[in-house]
Amino acid sequence: MRAAVIVFPGSNCDRDLAVAFRAAGCEVEMVWHKDTALPKGIDIVGIPGGFSFGDYLRCGAIAANSPICTEVKAHAERGGFVLGICNGFQILTETGLLPGALLRNAGLKYICRTVPLVVGTTDSVYTAGYAAGQQIAVPIAHHDGNYTASEDVVARLADEDRIAFRYDDTPNGSVADIAGILSENRRVLGMMPHPERAADARHGGTDGAALFASLANALATA
Amino acid sequence: MKARVHVMLKDGVLDPQGEAVRHALGGLGFGGVEKVRQGKVIELDLADGTTEDNVREMCEKLLANTVVESYSIETF
Repeated sequence: MRAAVIVFPGSNCDRDLAVAFRAAGCEVEMVWHKDTALPKGIDIVGIPGGFSFGDYLRCGAIAANSPICTEVKAHAERGGFVLGICNGFQILTETGLLPGALLRNAGLKYICRTVPLVVGTTDSVYTAGYAAGQQIAVPIAHHDGNYTASEDVVARLADEDRIAFRYDDTPNGSVADIAGILSENRRVLGMMPHPERAADARHGGTDGAALFASLANALATA
Repeated sequence: MKARVHVMLKDGVLDPQGEAVRHALGGLGFGGVEKVRQGKVIELDLADGTTEDNVREMCEKLLANTVVESYSIETF
């Protein structure tokens, strides 16, 4: 399996994401935001956490309009896999690949701590390695993780089993405790928590490792 | 021509920053503030021939996230 990790000015989880992909057995190429093409034969694009373009205008807004994002959109529209974590999730909502938006945390504070998540669905290459309803511990680190969408969109996400992860107790005000969602074809996942920061025993927890392992397993046999 | 774009969270979208400002005003003794909404003002210096429609396109594509924000344009 081959992964591309996009690097924007201000990305700061790009190398952590590459380490997690490699630990699961992927080949990884780092791709600069000004590039106008993805490397050939890429199975999955990772959009890392951080503060792309200093969060200017809105989190993810400038990155979503960068040259490489046109290619990431085309990759997703061809049925390619895309994983956006934290700022990556914000970028995916700004590109329109995922519905809704991420607003300032309801409590206005930047929150950096490990939180309990509940696996909402096992029907995706990202979550197949978990049990439905399983509780896992994954760190969050964000100021703008308050997921919001219209009632119709939230109902549709629930009906179509596209809520990948929920907070056990929402720390940021997210509607329906949403921590991560899937696209309609279930191949694009955006999530605020950082599975790549819980992927090695030295991180203090390994509950995120199953996401990368199940992804690598599914794409190796695809 | 210049354009001034006002971007606000849509009604019904919780604005925790506006709410914090309202609390702070109350703490300073300013009674009677029932609601505060905080937004952004973006000023654009435009070359001749740039139209209000162009600015509207800029708003739709980048300046506002129309999922949660509304915008208005003033030209002068």
